[in-house]
Amino acid sequence: MAGALLEARGISKYFGAITALRDVNFHVGPGEVVGVVGDNGAGKSTLMKILSGLFVPSEGELVFDGRPVSFRSPKDAQRLGIEMVHQDFALAGNMPIYENIYLGREPGWRLGPLTVVDHRRARRMAAEHLNRLKIHVKSIDQNTEDLSGGQRQAVAIARSTAFDAKLVIMDEPTAALAIKEVGKVLDLVRSLKEHGVAVIIISHRMDDIFYCCDRVMALYQGTNFAESPLGTTSRNEVIGWIMGTKGHTQGLAHDNMH
Amino acid sequence: MSDTPATKSGFSLRGPRVSKFLEVYGIVLVVIVMMLALAAIKPEVFLSAQNLTNILKQNASLALLALGMYVVIVTAGIDLSVGSIMGLAMVALAIASKAGVPWPLVLLIGPAIGLMVGWINGVGLTVLKLPHPFIMTLGTLNVARGLTYLISNGAPVSGLQPEVRYIGQAYYSFGMAPPAGIPASLILVAVCAIGLWFFLERTNMGRHIFAIGGNPHAARVSGINVDRTLVVVYMISGFMAGLSGLLLAGRTDSGFPNAGIGIELDAIAAVIIGGASFFGGRGTVLGVLAGVLIMGILRNGLNINNVSAFWQQILIGLVIIIAVYIDVLRRRAAVRR
Ligand SMILES: Nc1ncnc2c1ncn2[C@@H]1O[C@H](COP(=O)(O)OP(=O)(O)OP(=O)(O)O)[C@@H](O)[C@H]1O
Ligand SMILES: [Mg+2]
Repeated sequence: MAGALLEARGISKYFGAITALRDVNFHVGPGEVVGVVGDNGAGKSTLMKILSGLFVPSEGELVFDGRPVSFRSPKDAQRLGIEMVHQDFALAGNMPIYENIYLGREPGWRLGPLTVVDHRRARRMAAEHLNRLKIHVKSIDQNTEDLSGGQRQAVAIARSTAFDAKLVIMDEPTAALAIKEVGKVLDLVRSLKEHGVAVIIISHRMDDIFYCCDRVMALYQGTNFAESPLGTTSRNEVIGWIMGTKGHTQGLAHDNMH
Repeated sequence: MSDTPATKSGFSLRGPRVSKFLEVYGIVLVVIVMMLALAAIKPEVFLSAQNLTNILKQNASLALLALGMYVVIVTAGIDLSVGSIMGLAMVALAIASKAGVPWPLVLLIGPAIGLMVGWINGVGLTVLKLPHPFIMTLGTLNVARGLTYLISNGAPVSGLQPEVRYIGQAYYSFGMAPPAGIPASLILVAVCAIGLWFFLERTNMGRHIFAIGGNPHAARVSGINVDRTLVVVYMISGFMAGLSGLLLAGRTDSGFPNAGIGIELDAIAAVIIGGASFFGGRGTVLGVLAGVLIMGILRNGLNINNVSAFWQQILIGLVIIIAVYIDVLRRRAAVRR
């Protein structure tokens, strides 16, 4: 795929006897917003964990900016500007908000193999960053276990955008949120796109997909099933893909609501 | 993303601050109250310089073990091998000292053995993917103790070089009349505690250790090398156990093959009494030191009041349960906030 920011070719992933992904192809362009849909267990999270360096694919290769890459850890993907917001947020509940945002990338001074953490700078940077994202919390010193589901989601998103990301992968970022907060997340996705950041967003909600994506692709039982630019598909068609059926069912009332 | 009004908790500013203060320093208050109580009951014995110095000296080895154990417990782990490391270090360095190995090398033997056994613990846990550190360290507990009996033939070794004894025996009187003074071992404990505090609170690896204890999955997706960090954690615990072997050898001028049997449980108890969570991710260095002192003062207080050793053990058991129960209550209050 010419011009793709990140491309996955022929990805398979086995967990023992389980085949989570079989020969999956995927790509995302710079500044593009791709929606990924699929039934529970379709392999969406597994594919994204491979793209973000948490899992190593059993087969297949990744190409970033035209160069083949292989990630041994999320650190390798982060270095290229690939960030992921996990379905379970992946926050350390015993630690404050600001430390979660910079976990693994603490600001400070080198001291041999260690970094002496500049807590004051980390707190200031975190406060500024949350402000920019219009995220309000009582205090950046609050432990994340004391936060609501929506606030945790917000902190996880803040972490994924705290460094100049080129691609942000969001695994069901709206699943835990109230309506008002869903809107905030989706607007954030749009503003990331405006800043040239590519976004992959997994969601079961058609409203999310049709609000902010350029393109939507469906996985079905671990394989590529269908994909289309948003303009040439409909909610019903995408819902059909999730259930493993192709072929258009025209004319349902809510079909053309976006 | 949600707007939480600052007033939501309904507390005045003072409420949370006072409870925060108690959370951090409450354990120190317990130590002070215990000392005041004993000072009131038996002032002439408890407050004597000799007695106070003794408490510090006798608990220095335990303090080192507890500090190392604390780092392991922060990761939600456990290190059962520290008592055996202590014994092995003590006997090995005593034999070397008697054999005339130059004393600077003898000083290194304890910490080196500790680092080695700790490395084996960490690698066994992470590379062999053993299900729980309990198992790996139970294994090394036995291996290290067996080695201790092998190299000593089960017999104590005594008569160490004076330089080797120094750290366990010396004290600085600062013009006070002996036996009053600051034991050198107390200074070693203080240096270790401050170093460990800095490492845990102020360095990235220290923060990663807390993150691993809170949510290992979060640590992994943040790009933290969890396995390598865990190996370092068990090496720190081993190192501290080796040092404590050196202290004990110096204080007793010998190497006992039986030294440190069961002391890993005292170290765990001190860490838990000091307010660290057994489930990882929570605790303070200050709390650990307070936990050691609470156990030490309790034993000392019962001793000077002629309470039998049997009762002492029963009371320490109760204190452990109460300490954990207080932690449970505190956690519940925090959830309600
Ligand atoms: N670490 C793992 N070990 C074993 N099997 C796994 C693992 N992770 C995922 N799987 C399996 O791989 C398949 C795909 O899972 P995945 O989490 O990618 O689905 P998903 O599309 O994200 O589903 P959901 O919508 O429920 O989040 C499932 O059958 C799952 O059980
Ligand atoms: Mg998923």
